[in-house]
Amino acid sequence: MAPAGTVRPVLIRAVLGALLLGALAFPAVFTLPFPRHIMIMIFLYGTLATAWNIIAGYCGQISLGQAVFFGVGAYTSSLLFKETGLTPWAGMIVGVILAVIVSQIVGYPVFRLRGHYFAIATIAVGEIVQSLIVNWDAIGGARGVFVPIKRPDSFVNFQFHQSKAFYYYIALALLLLALAVTRLIERSRRGYFFRAIREDQDAAAALGVNVAREKLRALAISAALTAMGGTFYAQYLLFIDPESVFPLSLSILICLVAVLGGVGTLWGPVLGAVVLVPLQEGTRVMLGGTGKALDLLVYGALIVGISVFQPGGLMALFARSRTAGSAR
Amino acid sequence: MGFVYALIAAGLSLIFGLMEIVNFAHGEFLMVAMYVTFFAWTLAKLDPLVSLPLVALALGGLGWAVYHGIIRWVLDGPMLAQIFATFGLAVLLRSAAQFLFGIDFHTVNEPLLSGRLALGPVFIGVPQLAASVTALGAFVGLHLFLSRSETGVALQATAQDRQAASLMGIDTERMFALGWAIGSACVGVAGGLLAMFFYIFPDVGGSFALLAYVTVALGGFGNVPATLLAGVLVGLVEAFGGLVLTPALKYSAVFALYLGVVLWRPQGLFGRF
Repeated sequence: MAPAGTVRPVLIRAVLGALLLGALAFPAVFTLPFPRHIMIMIFLYGTLATAWNIIAGYCGQISLGQAVFFGVGAYTSSLLFKETGLTPWAGMIVGVILAVIVSQIVGYPVFRLRGHYFAIATIAVGEIVQSLIVNWDAIGGARGVFVPIKRPDSFVNFQFHQSKAFYYYIALALLLLALAVTRLIERSRRGYFFRAIREDQDAAAALGVNVAREKLRALAISAALTAMGGTFYAQYLLFIDPESVFPLSLSILICLVAVLGGVGTLWGPVLGAVVLVPLQEGTRVMLGGTGKALDLLVYGALIVGISVFQPGGLMALFARSRTAGSAR
Repeated sequence: MGFVYALIAAGLSLIFGLMEIVNFAHGEFLMVAMYVTFFAWTLAKLDPLVSLPLVALALGGLGWAVYHGIIRWVLDGPMLAQIFATFGLAVLLRSAAQFLFGIDFHTVNEPLLSGRLALGPVFIGVPQLAASVTALGAFVGLHLFLSRSETGVALQATAQDRQAASLMGIDTERMFALGWAIGSACVGVAGGLLAMFFYIFPDVGGSFALLAYVTVALGGFGNVPATLLAGVLVGLVEAFGGLVLTPALKYSAVFALYLGVVLWRPQGLFGRF
């Protein structure tokens, strides 16, 4: 029916606007640290998953080495702050530049591989980088880096000990930035290049898409956003070590968030974070701490269940209701 | 070690070649096999060498169950759903082991074979030697089964072309389940052998699984004999990498080897994809 087609976009916009207002007002309503912490983690993982979505969801290159860029961002800003006192905001920019450089060095050879070979090569890169950092004593090695604590709270030092509200808004801004970038790509000529590569790389090349260059650009964008998330994480926890910012499990968690929500869709990664992060934190709080890993048991069972029953991600539920609606 | 790696990787390779699914829970299968061996030894006083067929059988059963319980349902789904189904299974198995058995390291004390042999200046542990010989034997057995027996050939046919195979009257569904059972049994044997001289703990699978992926990709996905060569290569590079560089960097050497090879031959050394 005709009216449904015109009403729907307005409705979606209204819902999104309400959600954004709700997100902005959240810290005013929930003043306890824990709900804020959950929201911050949702925003952080939403950002990381959105960044992964650009390279994997749109461009079709399943990277399982995103932790490399995350770690580069976290280490760069923390080390610069610790050694030279440079504000982490500038450190974040340096981290982004470094991550982009790393992404191009790694991407240039690795993008010649396809499918499972590419995925495993990115795992290999991640493992090499992690073991190099563990054995690099000049930057703390396996001991990690403590970000020097500066009082009082200041925006310049990117440290807020009194209240998590600042972290909350910074994380929200990161997520919105990542979503805006995705939206821009989705609508641009480049977005069509990316999706053409995902659907059929050879056909895209035959039609004049410079496949190697476009893949590198997608990875660069993804790496830059991921590195920003890394800096944020370092400033939020004020301690980083190779086990926390470079592990394979982080790379996989990032994909998991996106896959759960729906790959190749703008809102999928956010939806995935909204579902997965509270689930993870919740099971950890309720069942963890016994040393028995019951929380991970539940978590693993859920992942299996989701991939068996809802392989298209949660966004597929919406898509289904939408097609059902238009068929009526 | 190379032969044991090869055997672990062979199971992975078989499953991948059959249905193009990478089993990310492969390392956890190995862990389960080691625990089964451990409990056979503590509860029933069965030496790892004696319980080996039992472990292989148990793991074969596990593989069969996993295929029917999980894999069958994601077979037609997107590649990512397959990755995460097996990844979730890995988390599930690992945390189940931690829940049931705790995180302590276990070892099989006083196995039948122990001590070491001196070959000139080189010392080789007897369990390690026995493990590599048995692994090699199991590998040859697997290869003969795949290339000579009727079921093995049917398996290969299914791997090459699912539809054509089912048109020729091969029950592909059964072949998939069988592939999972055999692939898992390979890991069972490898796990039983490793349990003779390696610590047993819930996370043991991780590093072996990573090496197994590299080994499979190095040899070429779905090519079982090539996996043997790749496994030996990985074992050698690991040992010499640890010797020449520092032991901490030995896995980096292996991963660098993989990257080097696939950049030169993107489909692995002998890959057909």
